[in-house]
Amino acid sequence: MNNRANAAWAIIFVIAAIFLGWRIATGNFGRIYVERQQVTVHAEDGSVAASWETHTKVPPRDHLGEGVSLSIPRTIGLWAGAILTLCIFSFLYGDNPFYKTAESIVVGASAAYLMVIGFWTQIIPNLIGNIVPDWTRTWATPGLDPEAKADYVYLLPLLLSIMLLWRLAPVGGWISRWPLAFFIGATAGFRLIGFMEADFVAQIRATIIPIWVRNPAGGVDIWASIGALTMIVGVISCLIYFFFSLEHKGLVGKTARLGIWFLMITFGAGFGYTVMGRIALLSQRLEFLFYEWLWLDSPTADAVSGAASLIMPGLGA
Amino acid sequence: MKRTAPLLIAATVGFIIIVSSFIPYTESWGEDSMIWFDILAAVAFVLGGGNLLKMNLKKVSDRRPGWAYSAIIIAAFLITLTLGLLKVGTHPNEVFWNKPWSGDYIGEGSALWWIYEYLIYPLTSTMFAMLAFYIASAAFRAFRAKNMEASLLLGTAFIVLLGRTYAAIILTGWLPELAHDAEPSFFGQLWNGLRLEKLTETIMGVFNLAGSRAINIGIALGIASTSLKVLLGVDRSYLGTGED
Amino acid sequence: MYEFLKTLDRRWVFLLMFLAVATPILLKVTFPEKPSAMVMDVFQAIEGLPEGSKVLMAWDFDPASRGELEPMASAFTRHCAEKKLKMYYMALWPLAVPMIQDSIRILEREYPHLEYGRDYMNLGYKPGNEGVIKVVITNIRKLYTTDHYGTGVETIPMMSGVTSVQAMDLIINVSAGDPGTKQWVQYVATPFNKRMVAGATGVQAPQLYPYIPAQLVGILGAIKAAAEYEQAVIDGYPHLAKIATAKEGLRRMGPQLVGHVLVVLLVILANVIYFIGRRRGDTR
Repeated sequence: MNNRANAAWAIIFVIAAIFLGWRIATGNFGRIYVERQQVTVHAEDGSVAASWETHTKVPPRDHLGEGVSLSIPRTIGLWAGAILTLCIFSFLYGDNPFYKTAESIVVGASAAYLMVIGFWTQIIPNLIGNIVPDWTRTWATPGLDPEAKADYVYLLPLLLSIMLLWRLAPVGGWISRWPLAFFIGATAGFRLIGFMEADFVAQIRATIIPIWVRNPAGGVDIWASIGALTMIVGVISCLIYFFFSLEHKGLVGKTARLGIWFLMITFGAGFGYTVMGRIALLSQRLEFLFYEWLWLDSPTADAVSGAASLIMPGLGA
Repeated sequence: MKRTAPLLIAATVGFIIIVSSFIPYTESWGEDSMIWFDILAAVAFVLGGGNLLKMNLKKVSDRRPGWAYSAIIIAAFLITLTLGLLKVGTHPNEVFWNKPWSGDYIGEGSALWWIYEYLIYPLTSTMFAMLAFYIASAAFRAFRAKNMEASLLLGTAFIVLLGRTYAAIILTGWLPELAHDAEPSFFGQLWNGLRLEKLTETIMGVFNLAGSRAINIGIALGIASTSLKVLLGVDRSYLGTGED
Repeated sequence: MYEFLKTLDRRWVFLLMFLAVATPILLKVTFPEKPSAMVMDVFQAIEGLPEGSKVLMAWDFDPASRGELEPMASAFTRHCAEKKLKMYYMALWPLAVPMIQDSIRILEREYPHLEYGRDYMNLGYKPGNEGVIKVVITNIRKLYTTDHYGTGVETIPMMSGVTSVQAMDLIINVSAGDPGTKQWVQYVATPFNKRMVAGATGVQAPQLYPYIPAQLVGILGAIKAAAEYEQAVIDGYPHLAKIATAKEGLRRMGPQLVGHVLVVLLVILANVIYFIGRRRGDTR
């Protein structure tokens, strides 16, 4: 049975490889084309002060348009993205060096990306920019308010930042507990208020609703009334279930059991929505592979021509 | 000092933020505290990156199993960091054209943008896309209607899964819809409510609402209790073991 | 057959899921969508705003949830542009900045009459998660001294008179988790009574229902609601039907149907195997 399964998988991979080879042989895929625009900045005397080119990606079906040319860096990027996508998907068959390599790249690149973002969006404009605004304005954030004055109070967060980074030092790492305590204390402070207001008081207020719901004509809306009553009973029974200091026996036990049923329906709904979410993510990656990389797209974009273009590119266009 | 000062810092800043929510005069104290918080959050990214570098360098130098992957992590990290910090490939802000560092660090066409668009974006989105496969596998291997509760969960999941697609129309589209202008009758609303898409709305808007609300209330009480314990110094777990 | 199914290698299930999603994509199967009441509440919240209203577009998602949330973000952008609202983009997730750039690209390409700084602007990202919300709700200029491109906020025309998020007429949040809709509700919508609508992932959406309608006008939950909202926007502005990227969510409902049916069938099959096994006394 194992040999048959292995043979079946081998056949599937061979078919996929043949398909890919056929696409490569027929050419015309896996390229990015861009429209180039020149940006020119003029000095006060009207002379050209600076000039550079910007590129706007065009969809594959417009690659023969006027003013459109091949972009080598983006095409290399497209192939890198497609190959890395397949490396990640290869984990579905089994753990392998391709997956581990792709994983290592994303770990390293993501960590550095966050550092760069933190530096340019916060450390420079809001820390250094507050301590020495004149200097920061000369090179990094020239758009800073020209009347902004140095605020030396920001030496304190600078000090806390250095203390936080001291965690990496071989000795004295305990000093990082001070900024961490700042973090923890601040988080505890704003979360206490936020959760109590929005998730406690407001939720209780929203539960106290009329169970006798009137329709616009003035009569009783029976189904809405049943819904309101069900919701109130559901909230109370779930809360009783969460009350573990009281033994779940007798009436309390029966109510708690009702609460469990409400929670099971909640989790079932959550599972349904989760499946929906995950499939949408997979759809988007497959669209990338099929349309942006392999160019399996027909300009008329209807079902029949979409399928036909698989048989022969251009058919159904 | 090593443990007392952090407790005092946590309590002070926490209570400043709480008080600033209630007393308008102290609002700016709360704002300033939060800006310091945001600055420290950015520095935490630097700490995270530094820690990653430190751990992987150690792994490479010790030649522990899998050290080659650590080398790849380090290479990807250093290349991205260099290209991003130096704003390689960015053009300056059009207004401040004479300031080469004034440009958008992730402007389209820049080196960091390329790394995001063709490395980070495909890799992270594919990793999450794989969950679709695992959810199918989990559905096949784990979900058993062994008892009433499990049956309720699965039944609800079926209704929601079918109700949130065109399958709802295919399966229950024959049930009468409510007419817009006429006052809905009891049975009219019942048949309409049994359409899968309407049943899904009922499940979400009544049953899920009740369960989620109770969960939210429970979590809020837990957060309030934990926050008070931290602010009052009862919970000191964030200070570590105290061995350093 | 029973033994084969009982010991089925999960890779065959993976292959089935791949085929279930890939086939409708390749065949371009789409279905008509009818916006639900909740989606229409979200639509009306934006449609009811007068021209020139200020809208905060808080994009709190990253590439991992782009497949689900980008259709919503694009639809919100197009709807606000059609209504000629003033759009203020910001992000609480570090990887969300390019998502804002995608939305701005829509405005540059499809609405060239709209001007940056007058009709829309990009405040960008600041680290701090809900700490950012806690600052901008009372004083946005203390944290955002410049926009994302380095231009001083005091020089941007649409920032005139805007000192905090309280100046916004509506908050539109597209969120994949924390920080996201929950935090905007906790620190902005509830204490300051600000009108807010949200688009959320399938994982998060059920947890946000308790906030409706007192704290949140409505939510778009997962790709289905995104497709319905796209349809609602196209119904209101029919010329958008010609734009392929305005129907991304609608396109993704084909694979959704087949994928969902597959999961339902797998669960049913698994339970059939389980009950057969139980009847046979199979304890493995």
